[in-house]
Amino acid sequence: MSALPRAAELGLIACTVCGLVCRNVPGDAQLDGDGVDDAMACPRCASTLRRRKPDSFARTWALLIAAFLMYIPANVLPIMRTASLNDIDDNTIISGVVELWRAGSPNLAVIVFTASIVVPVLKFLALSVLLVSSQRGSGWARLQRAKLYRLVELIGYWSMLDVFVVALLTALVRFSVLSLVEPLPGVIFFGLTVVLTMFASMSFDPRLIWDGKDSDD
Amino acid sequence: MGKAFPEKLLICEHCDTVYRRRVLERGEVARCALCAAELERYHLLSVNAMLALILTAAIVFVQANLWPIVTLGLSGQHSSTTLWGVILAMWREHSQVVSVLVAATLFFFPLLKMSLLGWLLWFARGGRRAPGFVPLMVILHRLGPWTMSEVFVLGALVAIVKAHTYFDVTADPGIYAYAALTLLITIFAGVDLRQLWDEDLEPAA
Repeated sequence: MSALPRAAELGLIACTVCGLVCRNVPGDAQLDGDGVDDAMACPRCASTLRRRKPDSFARTWALLIAAFLMYIPANVLPIMRTASLNDIDDNTIISGVVELWRAGSPNLAVIVFTASIVVPVLKFLALSVLLVSSQRGSGWARLQRAKLYRLVELIGYWSMLDVFVVALLTALVRFSVLSLVEPLPGVIFFGLTVVLTMFASMSFDPRLIWDGKDSDD
Repeated sequence: MGKAFPEKLLICEHCDTVYRRRVLERGEVARCALCAAELERYHLLSVNAMLALILTAAIVFVQANLWPIVTLGLSGQHSSTTLWGVILAMWREHSQVVSVLVAATLFFFPLLKMSLLGWLLWFARGGRRAPGFVPLMVILHRLGPWTMSEVFVLGALVAIVKAHTYFDVTADPGIYAYAALTLLITIFAGVDLRQLWDEDLEPAA
């Protein structure tokens, strides 16, 4: 038994929207901690009170797999076409990074590489590890896993960087026959990947990392 | 209905550990002893200061959207764009999904967030709950990470460097407005908006 009491043990429940601490009254609702049909409204903000996010594992897996499926065409297909008088050039995410490196901006190349490649891959790996370990009720590195989740939440949306770059260049490079930039389908898939991974990390409930803790102590 | 203990207790949203709430001194941050997540921090900014920041951000946001962001030059021709130019260009180029994403994360959500905050804080300043306080606070919470102006600034920088190889690039006022907006967002990032729930505000008339 840990010295730190958890909400479930005390019959308390925190509202995930406004943070209010509520007591669940036995008999009022099925707040028995099984995560099923826990329908009770927060007295302050009227949001539904739930012990854990509903179907967290299933939803996070589904969104993560969908995001991964989008991530394949996002990398394989070109995201942007640059056309000039005698040359048409299709860029993928990785070729854009290489070009930026060659153009003499290795710093920016590293930033774009981080936002477009490292962050999405980190999200896939991190969320998979979090899901598998939490589903097994593993006690391994709980604190580090909790921190990893918060990192994923914090940096996730920066992946949108490349989408904004393509959008801005498309709007700017409009010199009729001389020079044109067009978006290609890869950028749509990449945008969807980012949105889906953000939904995936939002649907994961970090409290699941700590569930079952008292049984190992 | 659940019974509430608004003032006395605090539950870590990352691990469900329960704490007795304590008044924080200037500069103090309460962290969870189990999972190290931040529980609460001292409110450095008063309601007035927050309102001032939001009004500043709103002025800068208008400028960031009206003024062109950057101009490219190629053999005597010039081409520049605003944020809405970007949104419309992506729509025309058969990337409507991207167009909607850009419009939502860079225009509509930031606009909504600032309007809501301005409205709520304006009334909080007079010690009152704004009309629609509860649903508006819930919407504000749901907006969460979906405002991305700061990412766009970095994106503009990358686009400028990429374009620099082939074109003459001139930075326009819009990019400076965006940079200022990013600065304001960063200052505001440390604000926990949940404090508005706890402010002792009179209900709306």
